[in-house]
Amino acid sequence: MDLKYPAAPRSARSEALREEVRDFLARELEGVPPIVRARSWNGFDAGFSRKVGARGWIGMTWPKAYGGHERGNSERYVVLEEMLAAGAPVGGHWIADRQTGPLLLKFGTEAQKRAVLPRIAAGEAFACIGMSEPDAGSDLAAIRTRAEPIAEGFRISGTKLWTTQAHHAQFMILLCRTSGTPADRHAGVSQLLVDLATPGITIRPIVDLAGEHHFNEVIFEDAVVPADALVGRMGDGWKQVMSELAYERSGPERFLSSMALLVALVRALGDRPDVAAQAAIGRLAAHLITLRHMSRAVAWMLERGEDPALQATIVKDLGALFEQEIPDVARALIDVDPMNEAGDSFRALLAYTVANVPSFSLRGGTREILRGIIARGLGIR
Amino acid sequence: MSETGDMLAATATRLFETRLGEAAVRASRQGQWLASGWAAVEESGLPLALLSEEEGGFGIRISEALDLVRIGGSFASPVPLGETMIANFMLARAGLELAEGPATIALLGAGGSLDPAGGDCRLRGEARHVPWARHCGTILVIAGERLARVASTGVTIHPQAGACGLPRDRLEFDVALEPAAVAPLPRPFTSDHPLAVGALVRALEIAGALQRIVELTVSYASERVQFGRPIAKQQAVQQQLAVLAGQAAAARAAAELAALAFDGDQWLTAVAAAKSRTGEAAGIAAAIAHQVHGAIGFTEEHRLHLFTRAVWDWRDEFGSERHWQAMLGARILAAGNDGFWSFITAAEADGVEV
Repeated sequence: MDLKYPAAPRSARSEALREEVRDFLARELEGVPPIVRARSWNGFDAGFSRKVGARGWIGMTWPKAYGGHERGNSERYVVLEEMLAAGAPVGGHWIADRQTGPLLLKFGTEAQKRAVLPRIAAGEAFACIGMSEPDAGSDLAAIRTRAEPIAEGFRISGTKLWTTQAHHAQFMILLCRTSGTPADRHAGVSQLLVDLATPGITIRPIVDLAGEHHFNEVIFEDAVVPADALVGRMGDGWKQVMSELAYERSGPERFLSSMALLVALVRALGDRPDVAAQAAIGRLAAHLITLRHMSRAVAWMLERGEDPALQATIVKDLGALFEQEIPDVARALIDVDPMNEAGDSFRALLAYTVANVPSFSLRGGTREILRGIIARGLGIR
Repeated sequence: MSETGDMLAATATRLFETRLGEAAVRASRQGQWLASGWAAVEESGLPLALLSEEEGGFGIRISEALDLVRIGGSFASPVPLGETMIANFMLARAGLELAEGPATIALLGAGGSLDPAGGDCRLRGEARHVPWARHCGTILVIAGERLARVASTGVTIHPQAGACGLPRDRLEFDVALEPAAVAPLPRPFTSDHPLAVGALVRALEIAGALQRIVELTVSYASERVQFGRPIAKQQAVQQQLAVLAGQAAAARAAAELAALAFDGDQWLTAVAAAKSRTGEAAGIAAAIAHQVHGAIGFTEEHRLHLFTRAVWDWRDEFGSERHWQAMLGARILAAGNDGFWSFITAAEADGVEV
C-alpha cells in the first residue's frame, strides 16, 4: 500500500475568494462569542444560510441549471474551511451542500434535481441523512426501515435515529429496504428522497449530554411517498451510499470541530515566552497543517475522478484524534477556575468542548470502523 | 511526476535494492563505508538531482528530486545521499565548486569563527554530530550568514556514532580557505534556522523508513501464526496496524509538503511542521511495529531495528519535535490574537508546485 496525498493546486482565484469569505464572516459574525462559534457545524441559523446562498456559496460546483454556480471544488473547499474555522452556523445548509446535493446530481432524476437543488443552493431548503437506526449503527447493513412498493409509490415504516438537523430539514435522503430482510445485508437496499412534511412522519428530539438538540429520532408510520421519490436504482442503495463516504470522511469538518477552543487558547496564551506553551501550540499547528494538506489532497483526487476512499478514512481517523486532544492540551497549559461558568469564559468554552469531543470519533464512522477499513486497505481483512 | 523524475526514482529504488540492501545497511552501521555502492549512486547522477541541467543536474522539479531522499530512507539510508544532494544544491546556488564525492553539512559551533586572513579566510572552531564526515571529501560549513566549502583533508575528524551506529563525527577546524571557497548562505537557507538544512532530509528519510516499517509489520503479522491463525486476523492487531499506517501516511504527507514548499516564502513553516510531525509519527510507528513483531523484532538478527533505531535517531537530529514545535508556536503566538488560522492557511501558500 503506497498512500500518496498529491498536492492540491492553489489558484489566485480561490485565494481571492478566501479574502471575500473572511470579510463576509467578519461582518456576519461580529460579536458572536467563542462559545457560540464552538457549535461548529452543529450551529443552525436559517437567516445565515440564506445569506450564504445569496452569495452563491452553496452548491458552488453544481450546474447552473440546478441553481449551482459551476465553480471549482477548490473554491468550495475554501468557503467551507473558512466557515468552519470561524465557527459560522453552517448547520442548516451544509449537509445538503456536502452530501445530498452531490448524491442527487449523481443518481437523482431530472425532476428531483429541478425540484430540490435550486432551493438548497439558495439556502432555503435543508436536508438530513436517514442512515442510522436503533439496531443499525456501525453495522449499517442491519437497517430494518422498510419502504414497501405499492401502487401509489412506497409505504415507509421504521425508525431512524441520530438524525442530525431533521427538525430543521425539509428533506431526508432515506436509506431503507425496498425488498428482503436485514439478513440480506447489502441487497434490497434503496435510497428515497423523502419530503419530511409527508403525513405519517414524526420527528422527536434527542437531547445530547450537553443539553443541546441536534439529533432526532424520525419515526415512519405507513408514510406514503410517490414512486418518483426513488433516488438512483432500486436495490442499488448500498452502492450509492458507499460512494458518499469519501465526501463525508475527508473534509475540513473532520479536524476543525475544536477550532473555537484552539483559537481561544492561542489568544489566552498571548505572546508567551514559555517554551512548553510554544511547543504545544506548534505541535497542534504541525498536525493541522498536515491534516489540511491531506484533506485538500483528497478533495483534489475526488475532483480528478480518483478513488481516495482509504486516504479519506485516514484523514478522518487522524482528524478526530486531533480535535479530541485539544481540550487536554488546553488544560495542560492554562489553569482554569472550576467555578467560573460565565457564558463567555474560557472555562465555559473548555467545558463545552470537553462535553462534545466524544462524538467526534463516533459520527460519520466510529474510530474502530475506520481502522477496520484501513486494515482492509492493508490487505489483512 | 516528469518522465525523468520517474526514471530517477526507479533507478534509485533499483540501486538501493541491489547494491545497498540489508547486508549493506548492517555493514554501514558497523562503520563500514560502502564504496562500491556509493560509486554506483554517483555514476547514476543522483547526488546532482537537485541541480538544473546547466548546473549538471537533470532539471527535474525539486520535489521530485527530494523524493529520492525519501526512497533512500525506505532503505535505511546506508549512504549520505540526502546530505550530498543538499550540499551540491547549496554549492551550486552559492556559486561554489561542486562536491567531490560524498559530502556533508556541518554547523559551526559556538566560539567558532570564519575570519578574513590576508587574501584568504581562516575557519576555526568545531562542529558536532556531523553525519558521515569521515567518509566525505567535501564538508560544507555553515558559519552564520556564510557558507564555506572545506576539503575534509584539512579537518581533524573524531569519529563518533549515533545510537544506531550511523557515523556522526566531531570535527575540529583550523584551516585557511581561498576566497573562492566562501560565499553567502544561499536561499532558502537562513542563518537563524540553520538546522532546516538537514531537517528536511531527515523528515523525508523518516517518511520513507516508516513506509518500510508498515510493510515489514503487515507482512510479519500476516505470516506469524498464533492461536491457529495469523495474528493479523486479530482485531486488536488490525486496529494497531491501521494506526501505524495512518502515522506513516501523515509523515509522508508532511514531508512532501515541505519538499513542495522548498524555496517558497513559507518553507520554514513547512519544514518545522514536517520535522515535528514525522518525528512524532516515528515514535508512535516504531512502538507499534515492535509490539506487533514481538520478541523476534527485539533481536539483532531481525531487520526491523535497522529502521526503528534509525528513525529514533533521525527524529532527534537537526532539531527534535520540541525544537521545531517551539519555533512554530513562537511564530504563531507572536502573530497575535487572530493570526492562527491565517498562519495555517498560509503554510501551503507559496512554492507549491502543481
